[in-house]
Amino acid sequence: MSLTFYLALRYVFARKRAMLMSLFGIIFGISFFVITQAQTSGFQEYFIKTILGTNGAIRISDRFQNMDETVSKISQDGKIKFKFQNREGAKYIKGIDYPDKIRNALTAFPSVNGISEVFEDNAILQTKSRSQSIQLHGIKISDHLLVSDLKEQVTHGSISNFLRDNMGIIIGSRIAERVNLKVNDRVNIVGKLENFQLRVSGIFESGVSDIDKKRCYISLPTARSLSGTRFGGSIFQVGIATPEKAPQIAAQIQETIGHRSVSWQEREKVWLDVFKALRVSSAITVSSILLLSGLGMFNVFAIMGIEKTRDISILRSIGFTRADISSVFLWQGIIVLFFGIIGGIICGLLGTFIVSKIPMQIRGIFKSDTFVVNWDFTHYGWAILIASLFVGLATWIPARRAAKVEPAKIIRETL
Amino acid sequence: MVNRNNPGQTLLQVKRLEHSFTIGEEYVQALRGVSFEVKTGEVTAIVGPSGCGKSTLLYLLGLLDRPDKGEILLDNKSVSQASDQVRTELRNKNLGFIFQFHFLIKELTACENVSMPLFKAGIQRKEANKRARSVLTKLGLGNKAERFANKLSGGEQQRVAIARAMINSPSLLLADEPTGNLDSENSRKVFQLLLQFAREESTAVILVTHNPEIAEKCDQILRMKDGQIVRD
Ligand SMILES: Nc1ncnc2c1ncn2[C@@H]1O[C@H](COP(=O)(O)OP(=O)(O)OP(=O)(O)O)[C@@H](O)[C@H]1O
Ligand SMILES: [Mg+2]
Repeated sequence: MSLTFYLALRYVFARKRAMLMSLFGIIFGISFFVITQAQTSGFQEYFIKTILGTNGAIRISDRFQNMDETVSKISQDGKIKFKFQNREGAKYIKGIDYPDKIRNALTAFPSVNGISEVFEDNAILQTKSRSQSIQLHGIKISDHLLVSDLKEQVTHGSISNFLRDNMGIIIGSRIAERVNLKVNDRVNIVGKLENFQLRVSGIFESGVSDIDKKRCYISLPTARSLSGTRFGGSIFQVGIATPEKAPQIAAQIQETIGHRSVSWQEREKVWLDVFKALRVSSAITVSSILLLSGLGMFNVFAIMGIEKTRDISILRSIGFTRADISSVFLWQGIIVLFFGIIGGIICGLLGTFIVSKIPMQIRGIFKSDTFVVNWDFTHYGWAILIASLFVGLATWIPARRAAKVEPAKIIRETL
Repeated sequence: MVNRNNPGQTLLQVKRLEHSFTIGEEYVQALRGVSFEVKTGEVTAIVGPSGCGKSTLLYLLGLLDRPDKGEILLDNKSVSQASDQVRTELRNKNLGFIFQFHFLIKELTACENVSMPLFKAGIQRKEANKRARSVLTKLGLGNKAERFANKLSGGEQQRVAIARAMINSPSLLLADEPTGNLDSENSRKVFQLLLQFAREESTAVILVTHNPEIAEKCDQILRMKDGQIVRD
């Protein structure tokens, strides 16, 4: 054990109250930091998982509007190097006109691991007593399972019911609640052209209330018949192996096939920004706890530097260098910081665990019955970094000052 | 580093030392050309009225401060302008310093206070503690070695500070009024210790004192007044 460390230990333990205050400040700051980050990022992850599982990573549609803007925006991130062609030559085509061609082109992208053609249209759902407007999604179920978590989202009935029954329908949970429908009930769907009797094969719950309130899945040919659209007008929902790279891949797809292609990040930008703002603001708020404990420590060490002028002179007189003196102070900061980090991590883990068990019903943009937490260790890294920064500064400045003390200053000092 | 094998050799030469302090507008010339010599194993008393510059001189000799002008030669080597590193090394190995107000580190035990210079010199803790305890025993504090410094009486603290100054067997021991706060009984004891140490270890001792009885027993007396040495 180095001598300066040994002295630092003695000083720390001689000042238990002040040091404990600083210690608790650090523990509190770190654990609070990770707990709040675990929550906000937990909700964010949950949201992302839900929307990825429902609407897929990339959607390819018809519209050319804003296409240039989309591409150049991504280019600014420095991730995409090419520039998209200008708009004048591009014709406006509604929907995907040659689905097979595009499907072929898409399979050439190595990261694409599922393509589902979706035909969307509005319709009216009628039971004996009620009617409600819904959004029909015509799908080929085997394809759609590759690009969504629909299978996991079905809470009543089953996918196999739907597979067996051409005239089956999977309805959103909130619709089922509102019009009081159960599996195997019959419903009347009124489309733009036709009007069919369908049987409820399943009820799904995505957790995104906007979707659960509106959406119904039926088979693609049935959807086309209902609306009287035999060709085109559909969109592609694409699943990819690396959802975080969706913006780049979407941009590449758009360039290759000339169809508007939107990543989930762009689609859900509003919500993602909200989550980001939430995380940053809670990080800043909680960092102020660490800042305060840093200030507290600064105070302790600054006073100690003054109180200890005599000790500093003694130590210098028996052969301590200036660097030794500042290292005595720095060690004290490191000792408190070390225990603060350990305590902070333990309390953070414990707190996160407890929070994750708090029952809480969330019904809004998504649905959850407990606090959602995310066990991400980069949060701990950040908390430690911020704590070290503040404590480092709080010790370094008084340590430097202590090192500058001239032993001769105390010639005239009396007890 | 410092040769002390020849008792009676000149150990310390102080040449025309000048030193001043400025606090804000105030300017104090604390030393105005002080010169003297000290031999190995010799005990020197510095006497003089309060504020005449005794402590200032001792701090300069203890290499805790640098003089404005003049020179300090330790064993014929100039140390007043030596590098910080050399001076630090000398403080650790060749000098012992006893402050005017017996300064101990109150967070440490008596034994730890005393062994500090040895730790600093890189000696193993066990060995250092053993040596510290034996010095403390010699000074009659064997049973108080594990006490914290602030749990000792004034006289005891003073003796611990002396033990710390002696532990590295310095060639020069500087004591700023080591008997200042003690009763006559304890003063005599402390002085005897220093005298004995000087004789046994051939250490030169320079002590500041207000006590004429003690000064009389020293080998050399330097009388100071207004930052100068007055010869009698
Ligand atoms: N750090 C300092 N700053 C300013 N002036 C100082 C300082 N130290 C000493 N002095 C001044 O230098 C002069 C000499 O002081 P010094 O402490 O050396 O006297 P002294 O002989 O030791 O006195 P005493 O017997 O009271 O201890 C005094 O006038 C004192 O006020
Ligand atoms: Mg003095």
